[in-house]
Amino acid sequence: MSSAVAIPHQPDQEWTQPSRGIVGMVCLIAAESAIFIIFVVAYIYYIGKSLAGPRPSDVLELPILATVCLLSSSITVHFSVHDLRLGKIRRCSAWLAATILLGGIFLADTAIEWYHLIYIDGLTIRTNLFGTTFYSLVGLHASHVIVGLFMLALTLIFSLRGKVTAHHAERLEVLSLYWHFVDAVWVVVFTVVYVLGR
Amino acid sequence: MATQTSVTATAHQAPAGAHGGFFALVTDWVTTVDHKKIGIMYIVYALLFLVIAGVEALLMRIQLAVPNNTFVSPETFNRLFTMHGTTMVFFVGMPILFGFGNYLVPLMIGARDMAFPRLNAFSFWISAFAGFLLYFSYFAGSGLYGAGTAPDVGWFAYAPLTSRVFSPGHSTDYWTLSVLLSGIGSLGTALNIVATTLSMRCKGMKLSRLPLLVWLYLVTSCIAFVAISPLTAAQIMLLIDRYLGGHFFDTQAGGSAVLWMHFFWIFGHPEVYILVLPAFAFANEIIPVFSRKAIFGYPAMVAATVAIGFISLGVWAHHMFTVGMGPGANTFFTLSTMIIAVPTGIKIFNWLATLWGGNIHFATPMMFAIAFLFQFLIAGLTGVMLSASPFDWQLGNSYFVVAHFHYVLVGAILFMIFSAFYYWYPKMTGRMLSEKLGKWHFWLFLIGFHLTFDFMHIPGLLGMPRRVYTYEADRGWAIWNMIVSSGAFLQAIATLLFVYNLVHSYFKGKIAGPDPWDAWTLEWSTSSPPPSYNFAAEPTVESRRPLWDLKHPEDPDTNYE
Repeated sequence: MSSAVAIPHQPDQEWTQPSRGIVGMVCLIAAESAIFIIFVVAYIYYIGKSLAGPRPSDVLELPILATVCLLSSSITVHFSVHDLRLGKIRRCSAWLAATILLGGIFLADTAIEWYHLIYIDGLTIRTNLFGTTFYSLVGLHASHVIVGLFMLALTLIFSLRGKVTAHHAERLEVLSLYWHFVDAVWVVVFTVVYVLGR
Repeated sequence: MATQTSVTATAHQAPAGAHGGFFALVTDWVTTVDHKKIGIMYIVYALLFLVIAGVEALLMRIQLAVPNNTFVSPETFNRLFTMHGTTMVFFVGMPILFGFGNYLVPLMIGARDMAFPRLNAFSFWISAFAGFLLYFSYFAGSGLYGAGTAPDVGWFAYAPLTSRVFSPGHSTDYWTLSVLLSGIGSLGTALNIVATTLSMRCKGMKLSRLPLLVWLYLVTSCIAFVAISPLTAAQIMLLIDRYLGGHFFDTQAGGSAVLWMHFFWIFGHPEVYILVLPAFAFANEIIPVFSRKAIFGYPAMVAATVAIGFISLGVWAHHMFTVGMGPGANTFFTLSTMIIAVPTGIKIFNWLATLWGGNIHFATPMMFAIAFLFQFLIAGLTGVMLSASPFDWQLGNSYFVVAHFHYVLVGAILFMIFSAFYYWYPKMTGRMLSEKLGKWHFWLFLIGFHLTFDFMHIPGLLGMPRRVYTYEADRGWAIWNMIVSSGAFLQAIATLLFVYNLVHSYFKGKIAGPDPWDAWTLEWSTSSPPPSYNFAAEPTVESRRPLWDLKHPEDPDTNYE
């Protein structure tokens, strides 16, 4: 085994690189965006192609409350990162709790909507093309919300038990990027499913 | 205790079985998060599947060697070509290239490991599990009836053949799930490579000084995000169709079979570039070293790679000319496909210019690289022919197409993989591969390759469709198929020689030393095999060829960059 070769160097140069956590999350978001794009394309392609009812205009209502809650949760998660960076742990926890609450309201609203669609309107994933594309697109988004809520809840538990410090601000920022992405996807889903598709 | 010995074995980078028991060795490899070990596991696993899928190819060539053959049944033949294609793309090509990437990228940028070592291990094991899941279908494909079967829907699994009605049992589910899982593993590794490249570089390793191999892996990984994810999405849709009664690809309920084709090829064509860019990456490192010159046109090479990355996302429907997409789409995809020949041509000319005036050493890696240059050019030319949609209407789904893409996959990619083996095996094991066996391997494989894939174009031109399990004697295809099949056996013999060389040289090969090729990138500055921490001190670089600067302090590259 020979020793490693010493490479000449100039020590005075500043050397900074992007955070690997943020790069990793941006990559994940790129990959997830491609998955969503395919589901959105399938949804748009199949608008009006169902051979039998119910049609979107018969059964879908605009989920205004859910949308407002989910979009505002982007703001609350931003504040929690901001406060953690300043070392205000309790304020950070409060903003995290608010984010989880808003996300929870969104999920509950989706659950009520689906209950209504399945048991009152008789629309399931096998009813027609609308059902297939609707439940898979909205469900794919909702499953991302669930993952995000799970991770936010874990963070909240850690911060309430005093395990989170200002050192973890970058990690929370990575998580907040994911949450912003989930919200941005909802803007697309909302536009395609509830505005254009109706 | 077994665990204690395993720790010492890791610390000294001992060869297999030198310290501790077999159990300790297995524990060591199964629980490792070292990018070099994971890289080697990727490569070994891919070689295992290369042999399996190669045997499948041989069985098909035996069946097709003579007309009216009944060596295998039509059902078996369908399974063979499905498994051969799926295995070669997902469980040979991807893992072997990710294996080399895993091994080389951190070493070349002066890092001690990947950005996310545990994610790296997860990606490997999920991909490995996917491969075994695919082959488990041979035992359990039909469910509990006892006699299992493998998937038989073709590697691109066109709808509606994959629906429950036409594919009962679970063989198609095994295909879907294993491709889905392998996609998740590939995304994890791609993410890791990007994060490693952008965030783990040693001091002075600016993006403009990255070795070209690292640049190409970066672009490959970025393509993977936007290309593999659509396949994942399509597989989720197929699972919804098959398990939940959805109608995405159910033509009876208004669903579209053509939509599956689009989704599949949005993955399928960039996938070709995901496979070929790492082959280019190897060429970018190997050709300069054996020409004793710096690579010609470094910025042009990077720009051409990025251009290929973008254009590759807009050419997918050239796989679908025969579907009848209409003149607008046909024209668009004809043109975009032809345009991608431009950045590829830039690369070919840059490699030629690197060779030009160089002091060329015909070591085995270089011989494979030179063959790659010729064969990749021919593969590209038939590609340009097929990109013209009227020409494609004549030859779509014929053996001409099979010959074309095998020319890329074998003639370009596999040749560069062999080249990479001969070049980096000394770094990975500390011993040289036998040059004598290497030369035999090269010439036998070269002759076998040309017998098989040059002559495979001809039955295609004569109208032989792909995926037929036999043909009649009066078609005039018999003699060509016999030549094609005999070439396949030459390639098999050459590959056996190669495997023998790999095993024999591991124990008996010449000791390599840290830098057997007098090369210039950072992986050659550490011992062979490198210690688990790669570099004792973090290196600092000032040019694209740090080892050149070190060996030639009187004339460093920094004067010219």
